[in-house]
Amino acid sequence: MTQKTGAEIFIESLKKENVEIMFGIPGGQILPIFDAIYDSPIKFILTRHEQGAAHMADGYARSTGKVGVCVATSGPGATNLVTGLATAYMDSIPIVAFTGQVSTNLIGNDAFQEADTTGITRPVTKHNFLVKNVKDLAETIQKAFYIASSGRPGPVLIDIPSDVQRAATEFIWKDKVEIRSYKPTFKGHSFQIKKLADAINSAERPVLYAGGGVITSNASQELLELAEKANIPVTTTLLAMGAFPPGNELNLGMLGMHGMYWANHAMQNADLIIAVGSRFDDRCTGKLSGFAPKAKIIAHIDIDPTSISKNVNVHIPVVGDAKSILSELVGHVNKKKHPDWLKQIDHWRKEMPYGYKDDAKLRPQFVIEKINELTGGDAIVTTEVGQHQMWAAQIYRPLKPRYFISSGGLGTMGYGFPAAIGAKFGNPKKLVIDISGDGSFQMNVQELATAVLNKVNVVVCILNNAHLGMVRQWQQMFFKNRYSAVALHTQTGNAGCEPVPDFVKLAQAYGAEGFRVCKKDQVAATLEKAFKVKDKPVIIDFVVEQEENVLPMVPAGAALHEIITGLA
Amino acid sequence: MSMRHTLSALVENKSGVLARISTLFAARGYNIDSLTVGETDDPSVSRMTIAVRGDAKILEQIEKQLNKLVDVIKVFEYSETKHIERDMALIKVKASKSNRAEILQIADIFRADVIDVSHENLMIEITGDEDKIQALIEMLTPFGIKEMVRTGIVAMARG
Ligand SMILES: Cc1ncc(C[n+]2csc(CCOP(=O)(O)OP(=O)(O)O)c2C)c(N)n1
Repeated sequence: MTQKTGAEIFIESLKKENVEIMFGIPGGQILPIFDAIYDSPIKFILTRHEQGAAHMADGYARSTGKVGVCVATSGPGATNLVTGLATAYMDSIPIVAFTGQVSTNLIGNDAFQEADTTGITRPVTKHNFLVKNVKDLAETIQKAFYIASSGRPGPVLIDIPSDVQRAATEFIWKDKVEIRSYKPTFKGHSFQIKKLADAINSAERPVLYAGGGVITSNASQELLELAEKANIPVTTTLLAMGAFPPGNELNLGMLGMHGMYWANHAMQNADLIIAVGSRFDDRCTGKLSGFAPKAKIIAHIDIDPTSISKNVNVHIPVVGDAKSILSELVGHVNKKKHPDWLKQIDHWRKEMPYGYKDDAKLRPQFVIEKINELTGGDAIVTTEVGQHQMWAAQIYRPLKPRYFISSGGLGTMGYGFPAAIGAKFGNPKKLVIDISGDGSFQMNVQELATAVLNKVNVVVCILNNAHLGMVRQWQQMFFKNRYSAVALHTQTGNAGCEPVPDFVKLAQAYGAEGFRVCKKDQVAATLEKAFKVKDKPVIIDFVVEQEENVLPMVPAGAALHEIITGLA
Repeated sequence: MSMRHTLSALVENKSGVLARISTLFAARGYNIDSLTVGETDDPSVSRMTIAVRGDAKILEQIEKQLNKLVDVIKVFEYSETKHIERDMALIKVKASKSNRAEILQIADIFRADVIDVSHENLMIEITGDEDKIQALIEMLTPFGIKEMVRTGIVAMARG
């Protein structure tokens, strides 16, 4: 039999898994693999930081539904991946990460660039492997892709010592992987599904609370069918934005800390809550003891049994894949109308409509409103973390699933830009926009080089408020206006100083396109100009109001209905 | 109600599995009273016996979280089934000429073995369930326990 080296097996295995692109940075302990990459048909994107590579793999995965792949060297290369893995882990995103490791005979000796990579990444991966024998490599890779993409997806890391990359063996690829200790439940229990259908059929004030799992399992169509047949309003988490059609009258928008007033009130007054692929995160539930006081039944459809009754006690759990469960469920529910309930929700909608001050000033919300208008929701929007992220979730209306990509669980600043690059690689024909803050953008700004050199057109809209805005807002609201370490243009406060950096010049320095917008009437024209650029990234520096706040807001520790709608 | 529970997990006999389980317990803030690991009749499978404290809700989470680990094959909880638990302790107790006989008598009542003797100490080995070991420890404490080591609980269903 012909022998292949570990490095060649790596490539052959990725081909078998239909990998078309990987992101990363080489280094000493992964040289054999990079030598194999040199001849390989799989596209390799050299990033400027391993964190960027992990987020690109993540953005690629979220936008395509495929597994994202990133590659790094041992030691610092591996540790630089950690934030990216943790981000993907918290949001259940399938990634397979490969790291080089010092040669097996040196492991444990504090060798140069040695790190206990499997130890460090254990809490932030779904699973990880250290491959000590080249004979195990192909099967390990196959298992990694299977684990990453099945059940509740998540990142998997494979650590490969350099001698294993060099050693040779026969390449054997099995038709199917079997892992006796890993058998995720897929099909929901029929009895539970019928029980849930009964609950739906007798509910008067039902709400569907949809989470990222709906997108993961491609269950949007089934969700829509259920909602329409049983006439149930739908509220979505940050990760489920786009899972329900924006124009549908049953769409309540996002719930939670910065969710819609009426969505939160619907949760608090519902007699039946059906969670689908959501996990009762504290940003969604508010104070647990005050959560959904009128709910007689809380049902939870989720593929991960540990999500069930973790935070909120669930009466009807259904473990399995959302798509399969919802389609079975639809068959059991009655056609129904809830006119009084929907009228009540509409009343809340009119009582406290979403809005912001629409005056002559350039306010950040206005920019997002224009983005929404011009794209009609038909663009992939990624976000960083902070105020701009919440405004994006409140205002942007993604037309389809996978059109809104944001770090929800970990809340990673610096996520959105590399994720946008990854999404663009996965969707070359699609307009991809990163809605960013001036703080967050600087956390992975180095990836401008990656985007420019690969002619990746993503449009970065920086809502430049000269602050770490979200932290400033909390300091204003809960720490008596004491702004501690949040001004980005000076050490002491922003008054009268020059912005640092000049984002337009920065764009130009990298060979990207840069625009600055200070007035409302320039917003639409500049966006249109930016959307026409084809072969390079664009940065638009929107110089917006510095002290705008995200509202409404449920303060941390308050119940969902204890919502602040305006500041005195 | 915070009760003691005995969980048993069949896991892949591979390096890193113990670390995964201890990482899980640490990260989720679960308290382990004792944890033992050993090979089973199938050398590719190890059995971990874990004694934990917590209410029913926490116990359910622990079981589910353990099951979620890729290397865990099966988890069961013993409180509902008839089972036998054993723990072993080695206890070094101060013993002088004057009280040695008394200690030996106590050991005898507990059916514990004296496995080492010196001028100042006796070493006693006891096997049994937690209550029995606890009772012996209480009896020996007045003499002065100099050192003690316990294996932690192992358990097996009856029948
Ligand atoms: C890596 C990381 N560090 C710190 C934080 C804490 N944090 C949350 S929001 C925020 C401010 C974000 O500022 P910016 O990107 O300018 O967005 P804005 O809130 O102004 O829209 C900070 C520091 C975080 N989420 N992520």
